[in-house]
Amino acid sequence: MRSRFVTTLFERIRSDVPAMQWFLRGLTGLLIIALLVIPLIPFQQQALWVRVIGYTGLYIVLGLGLNVILGFGGLLHLGFVTFYAIGAYTYAILASDLFGYHLSFWVVLPLAATLAAFTGILLGIPVLRTRGDYLAIITLGFGEITRILITNLRSLTKGSQGIIGIDDPVLFGVTFDSGTHYYYLIFAFAIFVIFITTRLSNSRVGRAWNAMREDEDVARMTGINTGHYKLLAFAVGGFIGGLAGVIFAAWQGSIFPDNFNLFVSINVLCLIIIGGVGSIPGVIVGALALIALPDILRQFSEYRLLIFGLLLVIMMILRPAGFLPSKRLQIELGQAREDPPPDNAASTTGGKAS
Amino acid sequence: MSIVLETRQVTKNFGGLMAVNRVDLVVPERAIASVIGPNGAGKTTFFNCVSGFYTPEEGQIEFQGQSLVGVPPYQIARAGIARTYQNIRLFPAMTALENILVGRHSRLKTGLIGAIVRPSAAVREEQTASQYALELLDLVGLMGEANTLARNLPYGDQRRLEVARALANDPTLLMLDEPTAGMNPQETRDMMAFILRIRDEFSLTILLIEHDMRVVMGVSDQVSVLDYGVKIAEGTPAEVQANPIVIEAYLGRPTE
Repeated sequence: MRSRFVTTLFERIRSDVPAMQWFLRGLTGLLIIALLVIPLIPFQQQALWVRVIGYTGLYIVLGLGLNVILGFGGLLHLGFVTFYAIGAYTYAILASDLFGYHLSFWVVLPLAATLAAFTGILLGIPVLRTRGDYLAIITLGFGEITRILITNLRSLTKGSQGIIGIDDPVLFGVTFDSGTHYYYLIFAFAIFVIFITTRLSNSRVGRAWNAMREDEDVARMTGINTGHYKLLAFAVGGFIGGLAGVIFAAWQGSIFPDNFNLFVSINVLCLIIIGGVGSIPGVIVGALALIALPDILRQFSEYRLLIFGLLLVIMMILRPAGFLPSKRLQIELGQAREDPPPDNAASTTGGKAS
Repeated sequence: MSIVLETRQVTKNFGGLMAVNRVDLVVPERAIASVIGPNGAGKTTFFNCVSGFYTPEEGQIEFQGQSLVGVPPYQIARAGIARTYQNIRLFPAMTALENILVGRHSRLKTGLIGAIVRPSAAVREEQTASQYALELLDLVGLMGEANTLARNLPYGDQRRLEVARALANDPTLLMLDEPTAGMNPQETRDMMAFILRIRDEFSLTILLIEHDMRVVMGVSDQVSVLDYGVKIAEGTPAEVQANPIVIEAYLGRPTE
C-alpha cells in the first residue's frame, strides 16, 4: 500500500510555492554551512564522518558525471569506471615515485580529465549507432576491459601490486595530507561539478540532449546533430569521471586494479536511479542513501544489509522514479527497440498524463 | 517564380514493396502543394525521403537548387525544411516552451563552453530565443501553456505546438503531415485559416499531406495524387477533382 502521507509530503516539497522555494534554499544553505563546519568542531567519531562524507562527495561527483551521459543524454553507459580509472592512473603515474615524475596535482588534474574525455569520445564513436541494451552491453565490456588492461599492463601500472606513494596536492604551500584537507577539496569539486552540470542542463546543449533522449529521430529531423551530442555527453561525463579519479588517487595515496571493478559502475548507476535519473539533487540524495548510509550503518553491521534492502524495497514502492525525480523522468532504460519510422509510429505523446 | 522543392524520379522501396515509385514533384515558392492518396499510398514515405529520414534508392531531391539525397536530417533541417508528423511526435516530457526552443536549435549557436561560462552573448541569445518562442506560442494560441509538459496538453494543442516547433526553425519549406487529423469541422476550418495565415506571415512554401478533401480543395494551389507509390495525377484542385483516374483510385471510394 502506498503511503498517502509520504507521497503528499514529497509532492509538497516539489511544489512551486515561493515560500517553499525559500524554505528549500534556506535548508540548502544550512546544510552547506553544516557540511563546512563538520571537520572543524570536534565530536566523537569525527574522523569517520569526515571520511564517509568525503567518500560520498566523491560519489556525488561520479554520479553527476554519469548523469550527464545517462540522465541528460539517455545513453545507458555501464562502464563508467573506465573514466574513473583513467583519471586515477594518469595521476598515479605522473605524480608518484613509480617513474619519478612528480607533476603538480593542478597540472595533472585537467590533463587526466581531458584524457578521460577523449577516451569517452573514442569509445563513443564505434557505439554511436547502437541504442539501449546494446550500448549497455558494449560499455559494460569497456569497463571490464579497463580493469583487465590495468591489471596486465604491468610496465605502466605495476598490475595488481598497484601504485603506491602517490603525491598529495599542494595549494599555496599547504600540503593536503589529512582527511580534512581532502574533505574540503572534494567539497569544492562537488560544488564545481554541480554548478557546471546545472548550467549545462539549462541551456541549448541540455535541451538538445533532452530532445535526443526523448525521441532521437525527431531530434535529428529538428536540426540536432545527434552524433555530435552523444559524443559530447560521453566527453563531459568522461571529464567529470576523470576528475573524480584524480582526486581518489591523491586521497588514497595508493591505487589497485581492484578499486576499479564492475561494482563502481553499478554503484554509480544505482545511486542515480535511486535519486532520480536526470535530476541533480537526486544524485546527491542517491549518493547519501547508497554510499553514506551503508558506511554509517557499519556499526550495526549484522543488520546493515537488512536495513539497506528494506530501504530499497520501501523506496521502490513509494518512489519508483527516484527520491527526487527530474522534471522529465521519461528515461527509457530498456529502449532497445528501434524506433519505428515517423509514419507508422504509435503516438508517444497521447494519454500519458501523470 | 523560383522553385523551392523539386524531386525527380524519387524511388524508395522496402524489400520489393515500392513505397514511392518515380515521383516527380515541383513546388514553386510560396505555393501550398498538397499530396493526397489512399492510405499506404506512400505519402509519408515521400515526406521521410525529403526530410532525410530515408535515403531514396533512386532519383534526385533538390531544395533551392541543392541536392538533399544523402544529406543527414539535421543538415536538411538547418537548410530550412521543417515538418510535423502524422502521429504527433513532440518531446513529451519537455515543456511547450522547451519544445519550441529545441525547434530553434539550428538557429542558435551556444555550445558547451558558452553554456557553462554564459558570456553575455549566450545570455542574450537565450533571452531572444525564449522571447521568440513565446511569440510563437502566442501565435498558435498556447500563451498560457509555456511551462506545461507537452504530454499534458490536449490533443489539438499538441498539434498546434508541433507546428510552432516547426516554425521556430525559420523554415523556407514547411511540411505538414495531416495537420487536421482527428479534428472536428470547426477545428479543421481554424487550421485551414491558420495554414494560409502562416504561409503569408512567414513567407512559407508548404507541402501538405491531407486526407480531408475540404482542406485540400480549400487551401491548395496544386494537388498531386499518389496511389501505390506512383503519382497518378496532378493539377489544380478542380482539375484533380474532375480527373476520372483520381476518382476511381481515391475520391470515389466509399471506404475512404
